[in-house]
Amino acid sequence: MATAPLPASPPVQQTLSRVVADDVPALAAGAAIFGTGGGGAVYTAQRIVERALLQHGPVELIGVDELTEDDAVIMMSGIGAPTVGIEMLSSSAQAETLLRESEQVAGRRITALMPAEIGGSNGVSPIGWAARLGVKILDADGMGRAFPEATMISPNVAGVPCDFSIQCDVVGNVTIRKTIDLAWLERHARAGAVASGGICLGAHYLLTAETAPGAVIPGTVSRATRVGHALLSSPDPVSAMADELGASVLVTGKITDVARRTEGGFVRGSVTIAGTGDDRGRLQRIELQNENLVVLEDGEVLVTVPDLVTIVDAETGHAISTEMLRFGQRVSVLAWACDPLWRTERGLQLAGPRAFGYDLPYVPFERKSSR
Amino acid sequence: MSFEKDLSIGVDVGGTNTDAVVLDRSGTVIASTKQATTEDVIGGIRAGITRVLADIGDRRSQVSRVMLGTTHATNAIVSRRSLARVAVIRLGAPAATEWPPLTGWPADLSAGVLAGSVMLGGGHMVDGTPIAPLDRDGILRFLDSLDGGFDAVAVCGIFSPSYPEQELAVEELIRDHLGHDARVFLSQDIGPTGLLERENASVLNAALHRVAHDVTRALLTVVEEQGLDAVTFFSQNDGTLMSLDYAVRFPVLTIGSGPANSIRGAAYLSDTEHAIVVDVGGTTSDLGVLVNGFPRESTLPREIGGVQTNFRMPDIFSVGIGGGTVVDVSSGSVGPDSVAYRIDREALLFGGSTPTLTDAAALAGSSVTGRTLPRLSNATRMALSGALEIMTARLEEAVERLSLGRLDLPLVVVGGGGFLVPDDLASAGKVLRPDYGDVANAVGAAISLAGGRADQMADLEDRETAIDAASQAAIAKAIQAGADPLQVCVVEVLETPVSYTARPAVNVSVKAAGPLTHLGAVASPRH
Repeated sequence: MATAPLPASPPVQQTLSRVVADDVPALAAGAAIFGTGGGGAVYTAQRIVERALLQHGPVELIGVDELTEDDAVIMMSGIGAPTVGIEMLSSSAQAETLLRESEQVAGRRITALMPAEIGGSNGVSPIGWAARLGVKILDADGMGRAFPEATMISPNVAGVPCDFSIQCDVVGNVTIRKTIDLAWLERHARAGAVASGGICLGAHYLLTAETAPGAVIPGTVSRATRVGHALLSSPDPVSAMADELGASVLVTGKITDVARRTEGGFVRGSVTIAGTGDDRGRLQRIELQNENLVVLEDGEVLVTVPDLVTIVDAETGHAISTEMLRFGQRVSVLAWACDPLWRTERGLQLAGPRAFGYDLPYVPFERKSSR
Repeated sequence: MSFEKDLSIGVDVGGTNTDAVVLDRSGTVIASTKQATTEDVIGGIRAGITRVLADIGDRRSQVSRVMLGTTHATNAIVSRRSLARVAVIRLGAPAATEWPPLTGWPADLSAGVLAGSVMLGGGHMVDGTPIAPLDRDGILRFLDSLDGGFDAVAVCGIFSPSYPEQELAVEELIRDHLGHDARVFLSQDIGPTGLLERENASVLNAALHRVAHDVTRALLTVVEEQGLDAVTFFSQNDGTLMSLDYAVRFPVLTIGSGPANSIRGAAYLSDTEHAIVVDVGGTTSDLGVLVNGFPRESTLPREIGGVQTNFRMPDIFSVGIGGGTVVDVSSGSVGPDSVAYRIDREALLFGGSTPTLTDAAALAGSSVTGRTLPRLSNATRMALSGALEIMTARLEEAVERLSLGRLDLPLVVVGGGGFLVPDDLASAGKVLRPDYGDVANAVGAAISLAGGRADQMADLEDRETAIDAASQAAIAKAIQAGADPLQVCVVEVLETPVSYTARPAVNVSVKAAGPLTHLGAVASPRH
């Protein structure tokens, strides 16, 4: 499957065969970039994953094309409010409980975990769980970014059904669900997260060598790590990342307004950025709902979801999540193309601008050769 | 002569210098000094206070307050010295057991501080539901198992900032068991939600109690030696003061007091409430923002000695521009190298051979200690002129970065290298250069208010009630910290929306502050 344009000269090798503790800072920084403003506290997850890898050794990373008929993969992720997640952290038993229950329901051994979303803490935490549980990680994810709803996941786009899903909360309550589709799963899983105190862990989407190809976004664990390496090791992190991602720097400037409110369980709002330096005189507005979704300038739509938009610190290149945006911050806005799966009719139906309530057509974003 | 006790002494114990000032009732600086900081702290404090008292002569009997700000706690953590051993009790298991206490701490710091840790039943969910029953027996068993091998206990319950009663009950339980003078520190007093950061800060706080005790005793000793009948205070990170017994309980809150005092002192000396402050030293310029008379706090997590914390710290932005910053003649680059304290030997102006920003300013016409530059090559002149432009551009950008887009905010310049800052910075309004700018830290300590902060999580519909409740708690904390009950008021309300709760929720964080109570009214203990 094709991915976004590749850089001319990648700084490290294309795919990793394993993840070691030293890779985690880069993976975390990269996952924050793919979080497009959402996805929770990456750096808290980073510390626990580093510790798990030091204790249990590296985690084997396998490609989608390396899956054999003995392999069974399940997605594991945190579900709930990041603001609650920074206070009520997971128990040491949750991931193991999820694995055991998944094996019981599936009737077979689970050999690998896969991040449901590479963006944010959910792109990082599964590495630590895999280290502790002694399973592999599939070098892929279900979004290629972060999304807020259960329906917005690649196997759902590809038409692969989700036979069961399991939630386990901090006190050990386990809920096994067999919903008729992902929209119902979203509804029930959300209610479950609320009952669990706002946050829990979940496992869903059993995938195999047969069903995974074409139903996942391949290579994203490696890709996030490469982006993170570019961010952490370059003297000009924003350009280095843009090259690694095949992204455009839409504007560099200063945040002049942040308007946020809570609506239907989501943080919604917009942020206004006034250009500085070469961009002086320009004004961009980014609409956000947990993630950054639409970029506007002079009444023109520059980018819409499912293409990716991340606001980064103009100097350090680190991603700034929507809840950390503040008046006066110096930022650059990066935008790049989503995986082609999201540009299919069903992909856009599930995660295009209209799925988020914007009455806008989707115009694929492509990197400008120069600005 | 007046017999009113209306003089205040402000002391700032920095890494290099200990500054002291005396302010009269009208707030005028009537004495000031800069002394070298000593290893034992007390020497510098003694020298500073002795000197300013000598300067005011008979009026020494009018001194009613002594306020101290210091970076001493920060230095203790960074150098891993004088730290107490802490027993850490986290309430909320089985939640958060994937993340044991002190996860991510540098091994040497953790080994020096941790007497033992335990994760026990207790804590609350975001909606107030208990996570598990409080494990009282477990707490006592844990403490007994340490066999006295600890100096202090830190208690951190999940969502305790929103539901504080349980930590308070545990404090009582521990005191009943260990004795009433047991040192017990609660996380709800230290920071807002964000379990690991708050817990880290609570443990550091407990580990610092001996350091706090030492500095406190040094100050009290000097005050007593001098026969002063004065109330003593510490200043904290946000530019407000706390009583000494409060400082002994919350030393971690003094960690950012140096920059906070600098900002408030500079603002006070220049008579402004909204301003950018730049403190130009030998190696860096530290910029901060004054909003409603308080330093703006940072929203980013702060690391102290390798530990991630959520201390309330002033939002300080440092740029590599100082009086000793080196100008490279061949490349024209400016800094970040600096000749620092060797400037009086190495800069061109002082007969040395290293071109610095001080030389660049002198070339442009600034009068620096009445000296004149030697003959310079054309290349050096070019490089120095270019360096001034680069420096000005960097300062302009730094000011713009902090000014929230306003171009009319005054810029208050303090510190020994203040002459580097031009009078017409494009990103700033009027440039102010107050007298006594070199001891702005100590002035800041002398004029600070007493303040307190409280957090509350609530349904969005109950937002107003939550703000009221948090306001009352913040006001109570400010009064406990020494504020005058008649003048204390709410100075800041921060709201953060929360998703994934049954109904829309919001976290409100309120700060209250007020001038210190008048003489004789010594702040009461916290409980």
